[in-house]
Amino acid sequence: MEQSDAAAIAQIRAGDADAFRVLMERHSRSVFRLAFRMTGNEHDAEDLVQETFLRAFRQIRKYDGRASFGTWLYRIAANCSLDLIRSRKRRQEQQTPVDEDGQELTATVRSETPAPDRLAFSGELQKLLGPALQRLSPVERTAFVLRHYEGMCIEDIGEALGVQAGAAKHSVFRAVQKLRRALEPAVSSARS
Amino acid sequence: MKHLSEEELVLHYYGERADGAGEHLQACESCRTAFELLERVLHTMDGLEVPEPAEGYEGRVWRRLAPELDGPRADWWSAFASWLSPRRLVTAAAMTALVIAAFLAGRVSQQRQQVAGLSGPVRERIMLVAVGEHLDRSQMILVELVNNSSAGPVDISEQKQRARDLISENRLYRQAALNSGDRGVSSVLDDLERTLLEVAHSPSKLDSTEFQVIRERIEAEGIVFKIRVVGSNLREREQIPASATDSKAL
Repeated sequence: MEQSDAAAIAQIRAGDADAFRVLMERHSRSVFRLAFRMTGNEHDAEDLVQETFLRAFRQIRKYDGRASFGTWLYRIAANCSLDLIRSRKRRQEQQTPVDEDGQELTATVRSETPAPDRLAFSGELQKLLGPALQRLSPVERTAFVLRHYEGMCIEDIGEALGVQAGAAKHSVFRAVQKLRRALEPAVSSARS
Repeated sequence: MKHLSEEELVLHYYGERADGAGEHLQACESCRTAFELLERVLHTMDGLEVPEPAEGYEGRVWRRLAPELDGPRADWWSAFASWLSPRRLVTAAAMTALVIAAFLAGRVSQQRQQVAGLSGPVRERIMLVAVGEHLDRSQMILVELVNNSSAGPVDISEQKQRARDLISENRLYRQAALNSGDRGVSSVLDDLERTLLEVAHSPSKLDSTEFQVIRERIEAEGIVFKIRVVGSNLREREQIPASATDSKAL
């Protein structure tokens, strides 16, 4: 029964803005999940959903149908997220110098790591995940979220980030490396 | 034996190309241990909780979004061509006739009564009647869809057209209800708008499975029941004497 994304897009291009609601209803929750993982809070995530759909509507003529509409939307969402995170980071850096590679931040995660006995509770481990993700650089975080949670292939991530596949692969790799550094001690102690 | 690099382990985990990594992991215990640790860390990341947006989330997003979607995105000719649909022409002709008739009637009777001169309770009563009728028409479409027990393909082109006609009206009433603080009515109209949009943007001919999906969705959302309840409340409010409705919202 569901009208295909392509049919809705054709209607929007013909001037029927209402058809955009169909697309919004269908994709807004997945965009919200992506936005939440990128920003770490609901309020920013909702703002990003708003911004993503607004940009999508304004650029709908540029959508060429090579990738699915969902993938195209994720690219926009990823870019909106990057813009937001970068602007936040700039503001933060003006107040507290932060290492672009997130080294100092990783150290903060470590310092927040509870004693091993407390980590027996998976809830404690849970608390480390969000901060660990938030401490990646904006590009690494985007690349990781798109690869790990959205299952996008390296080529698509590269396209979303506007970089070569090799650079996208490197960003995913760096992200995993940093997450390992931040979480491995906790993961190991939680299992021992 | 050359061990797998950290990068190759990551690529293998994500199913990206890392030639021979699978075979190597079977043979090499040290790499297998490293891979298992990597797996544990990345599986842990799966546990990152994402809150589910609250009920009515899509409606909230749309309410914020809709005012920003300024103007049609069509080129001027297709927009103009779509504007010149026979239905719209008939509506425009009828409205023109109405304006002329009102003008003539005003001239003949020499009355200078103005529409803005209607009292608040009268305006509210007109609104109640209009929303009630709108809900009745919407309910009729949905009931027709829900009660259709056809086993084969279903043609919903008529319902689709009627749903399309009701959407802009629905939006106006929803906005009016929202402005007057009547959250109950605006929430039901919001649900209804979503359902009408879905019907209006569905293909005209549905196979039985597709039709079943729309039917189940209408039933699952309980929209027909909600419309009935709100419709009946509005009718009750219509019965209250005009003087008693002064302070009531829509």
